[in-house]
Amino acid sequence: MADPLVSIRDLRVAFHGLPALRGIDLDVAPGEAVGLVGESGCGKSVTWLAALGLLPRTAAVSGSVRLEGQELLAAAPSVLDRVRGGRIAMIFQDPASALNPVKRVGVQVAEALRLHRGMEGATAEAEVLRLFDQVGIPDAKRRIHIYPHEMSGGQNQRVMIAMALAGQPELLVADEPTTALDATIQAQILDLLRRLQQETGMALVLISHDLGVVAEMCRRVCVMYAGRIVEEAPSGELFAHPRHPYTQGLLAALPDMVGPRRRLEAIPGGVPEPWNMPPGCAFAPRCGHATPACDAGMPGFVPVGPHHQAACVHVQPATVPA
Amino acid sequence: MSLLSLEGVSRVYATRRGLFGTPVPVRAVDHISFSVAPGRTLGIVGESGCGKSTTGRVALGIERPSEGTVSFEGAAMPTPGTPEWRRLRARLQLVYQDPLGAMDRRLTVAAQVAEPLEIHGIGDKAERQDRVAALLRDVGLRADLAQRHPHELSGGQRQRAVLARALATDPALLVADEPVSALDVSIQAQVINMLTDLQEARGIAMLFISHDLKVVRQVSHEVAVMYLGRIVEQGDPEAIFADPLHPYSRALVSAIPVPGPRRIERIVLSGDPPNPADRPSGCAFHPRCALATASCRAEVPQLKPAADGRQVACHLVEAA
Repeated sequence: MADPLVSIRDLRVAFHGLPALRGIDLDVAPGEAVGLVGESGCGKSVTWLAALGLLPRTAAVSGSVRLEGQELLAAAPSVLDRVRGGRIAMIFQDPASALNPVKRVGVQVAEALRLHRGMEGATAEAEVLRLFDQVGIPDAKRRIHIYPHEMSGGQNQRVMIAMALAGQPELLVADEPTTALDATIQAQILDLLRRLQQETGMALVLISHDLGVVAEMCRRVCVMYAGRIVEEAPSGELFAHPRHPYTQGLLAALPDMVGPRRRLEAIPGGVPEPWNMPPGCAFAPRCGHATPACDAGMPGFVPVGPHHQAACVHVQPATVPA
Repeated sequence: MSLLSLEGVSRVYATRRGLFGTPVPVRAVDHISFSVAPGRTLGIVGESGCGKSTTGRVALGIERPSEGTVSFEGAAMPTPGTPEWRRLRARLQLVYQDPLGAMDRRLTVAAQVAEPLEIHGIGDKAERQDRVAALLRDVGLRADLAQRHPHELSGGQRQRAVLARALATDPALLVADEPVSALDVSIQAQVINMLTDLQEARGIAMLFISHDLKVVRQVSHEVAVMYLGRIVEQGDPEAIFADPLHPYSRALVSAIPVPGPRRIERIVLSGDPPNPADRPSGCAFHPRCALATASCRAEVPQLKPAADGRQVACHLVEAA
């Protein structure tokens, strides 16, 4: 991989002494699309909130997050202000609550332009119109003057994306960007994100609970469970040959759109509570392959194929061609 | 014989445009007909505002249809609030997306599951206790969870508790409105398997309403695709999801992201679904349909039988 744009090492987060992230190592290369999948509470959002200093003070954060070598975790607020919304932008699930309900949408995007690119007045307005056009908001001249409640959920998400693009970010972190949207609108927004990524060359981190969304959007996918990455692979490889029992379980639990209907293979039990973490592999209590060896310690990554690794003591390492 | 049947049902609401505007009628559900046989599941899919939840409420008798008739076990659905209607409540139950909102936060799980038994005067105290214990076992909740309160349960456990309560009166029909949409994939699979097992064991009919096509395919014997208040395609889920005939169903099915190869080429629709208060003329889908012709703008297509016994409401699909 080329020199990473963002490099996360041993990132740990605890809330009131209870672990939420238990050691994340993740690199994002310039221009690449990485997916983070996992279920509620696995830490996929917390990873990026922590990286960008967006967690409340009660969170204990340790480890390292570097943006082209510059450490972000202990960075001064002035440094973070330039990074957030500038070099790294983030969009969320619920655009309506991320937008200011009493400000016209054009003004909100113009504010981002002023903060990050020092644009004012007519220059800013022209750029807002260009951004609205770029994110596919029709009739932009009129739309910049309306309020978020006058737009649909899909249009609001486009406004959020326009605002994120305002700072010309090198990385866009999209946290469940289409989860609140209907299927046909989700398809539009995913299409838009894919096109923007090609046009601007920015990197994309897509956080989603939906394996399908991640499979379609990302070259590389990391599967998270209970605050750790348990498997990482090129997306085609991950869905064709999942190696970690949790990934295998997730795929088996998902109903199919094609082929014969089969009984779903549910993963028994539930995610461990943070105060009750198993001593070794966090998935062991729900895993059909678990043995006493799983409780011996946290399993490290085992290379199982090209760019493919799984954190399970039972997977057989493959000889990876250099 | 069918257990539930809707015949030409519409539900019209009046909304006002602006503070002093004149009321505008909105047809949330527009001339739909279907029936559900005992022990079978009809899946209803569609996007926000297509009328799928209103259909569920009309089917349950919670709302009166503005036009058309709803009949249950061969008799017309009684007027809400009447003693006959109350008696029928035990036979028809609803489960929806948010189990926490559906539960009383101050009552234990056992007390909530016992409540419908008390309301409908089923059994004495000891019998009710036994019944609650059996119900909790059926939905896979550990006995020690009976004395917990809703906030002490996980999302999956809460949905199981709500289901136990819905099953308490031994209903013939369950309307499940997005019952697993708030659950994580691994938990969702547990609840789906439980639902299909319970259906098999008890012969319950289900109206399964969801935006999630994969889940609907998994549980349904028949499926209806809705757009702006109308059913646009109805039939065997295998057939419809493998080869949708209506252009809207096609776009909807093609929009579902899947890990692995897809069978239908992605069709990205332009624009948002129209406002039901501002229904396009003719086929409501025509402004977003790439294939629309003059007749689509002028004439409302009716559901008619097409190939393999399914029904499609599109001028461009050949009738069988």
